[in-house]
Amino acid sequence: MSTIVFIDTRGEKLPKAAQEAVTYASQLNGGPVTAITFGEANGLESLGAQGARKVIVARGVKAVDSQQLTKLVADVAAAESASTIVFVHDATGKAVAPRVAARLQAGMVAGATGMPEGNRFKRNVFSGKARAYVEVSSPVKVVSLSPNSIPVAKGEGAATIEDYTGDPGPAGITVKEVRKAGTGIPLPEAEIVVSAGRGMKGPENWGPVEELAKELGAATACSRPVADMHWRPHHEHVGQTGVAIRPNCYIAIGISGAIQHLAGVNQSKVIAVINKDPEAPFFKAADYGIVGDAFEVLPKLIEAAKKLNAER
Amino acid sequence: MKILVLLSQVPDTTARIAFTDGDTRFDGNGVTFIMNPYDEWYALVRALELKEAAGSGSVTTVTVGGADTEATIRKGLAIGADEAVRIDAQPTDALQVAELIAAYAKDKGFDLVLAGKETIDHNSGVVGGMVAELLGMPYVPLASKLEVSNGLATIERDVPGGVEVVEAKLPLALSASKGMAEQRIPNMRGIMAARTKPLTVVPATSVPTPAATVRFEMPPPKGAVKMIPAEEAGTLIELLHSEAKVI
Repeated sequence: MSTIVFIDTRGEKLPKAAQEAVTYASQLNGGPVTAITFGEANGLESLGAQGARKVIVARGVKAVDSQQLTKLVADVAAAESASTIVFVHDATGKAVAPRVAARLQAGMVAGATGMPEGNRFKRNVFSGKARAYVEVSSPVKVVSLSPNSIPVAKGEGAATIEDYTGDPGPAGITVKEVRKAGTGIPLPEAEIVVSAGRGMKGPENWGPVEELAKELGAATACSRPVADMHWRPHHEHVGQTGVAIRPNCYIAIGISGAIQHLAGVNQSKVIAVINKDPEAPFFKAADYGIVGDAFEVLPKLIEAAKKLNAER
Repeated sequence: MKILVLLSQVPDTTARIAFTDGDTRFDGNGVTFIMNPYDEWYALVRALELKEAAGSGSVTTVTVGGADTEATIRKGLAIGADEAVRIDAQPTDALQVAELIAAYAKDKGFDLVLAGKETIDHNSGVVGGMVAELLGMPYVPLASKLEVSNGLATIERDVPGGVEVVEAKLPLALSASKGMAEQRIPNMRGIMAARTKPLTVVPATSVPTPAATVRFEMPPPKGAVKMIPAEEAGTLIELLHSEAKVI
């Protein structure tokens, strides 16, 4: 019996979501933990601190080709007699995890939000308006973990690194181009998010939003109308049709809080809402609220954040 | 080009969420059911656009569900699908749904299988990928653009912090996110035509159920909002730091 965890570690540093998934895999107490990754990856030894005994790397697979990566995971699962296979519930995990589940006839939990009780896993449904408990009865289980669900373990030890020596098969897709939009903190991973909406009146007014985000070490996000009007890039749009996030702290400025927006952010631990309309529905979902003009409130928030940073 | 669109029926976005039978089942009492928006606005409409651009081919929808899903399935025909299939089952698990769809689709020679990126009730987003695996097709989730020419698909997919452009040969499966197409409202002619288009009911084959949702619960009620006067807005940052301990 063992647990394997598939992570996407391409990029300069190990993503927090990958560290969370390895932590989760080791806390499942399902035998030794083997991590699997692909492409150019660095610093993988450090995953030992989260409980990985070894990391298997398929360096020849460069892109998120769901067929190749499924073959890779299935090969390792067979070699390690894995009983649980953990993924991150992100763009890469969504490409690979369902295929692996279908191939291994494994029960799958998509977007688990915490540790299971026995075979019973908790996840969010109805866009965060309710929770569901999923019971998995198959010998092999596939679980994808929602980002920001558990704290990263900070243990000791280094993982050993091995190269994948199997054959992932032919590539089914070819990556033609990657268009990066900004270099900020990836939104799904961010612990703090500063988000703004139509109340900002125009794209030229985003300076203070970005400044506040920078002072707080936060990612920036926006509402749907703002993305639709191209005031902000599409990938910043949080809500029902955009990205669903669950940061520790969500600060919404000039967003009324339509049900479709709430569906993407209602899993945030703490929500602060700034809106000049005291009747804005968002206040009902908020922990903290300020009724006021964004252009008067934002400078005060930036000043307070600067003061906080100077003190700590 | 033969296109298969996976179509689900879900409670309306604004429906009251409640559960029944000891919190084991969604309470559909008084709730309006709709076609899953990602299936309808993006997957189905893009399938129709591709067929129209090619000037040939067909669009089939497949739904796993009871007779209560037929009004939703007819809407898909009214929007423009050529034929619809309903697999008669009440599934409790995504792999069950995928197995049923794959069993139906495997010998039909579909070139393209389109799913919405997730349903708005279960939010799993896994059936498309499972069907792709069972049919042995490449799979690209979260696609926001899709072009097909000479059997080659060019797809833009959302990845954290940007967009990836990928190419893949047909046959191919993908899941559609916002941006792939614009919503279409069925017109009177479409609604009339839908009445006579084929809606085939297929009995469910026996498939395993390796997982099942056994219970639902509502989140704990939210505490009251703490209001801060605008003149003292800076206090918010202090409270987020010292009281909520989130910054």
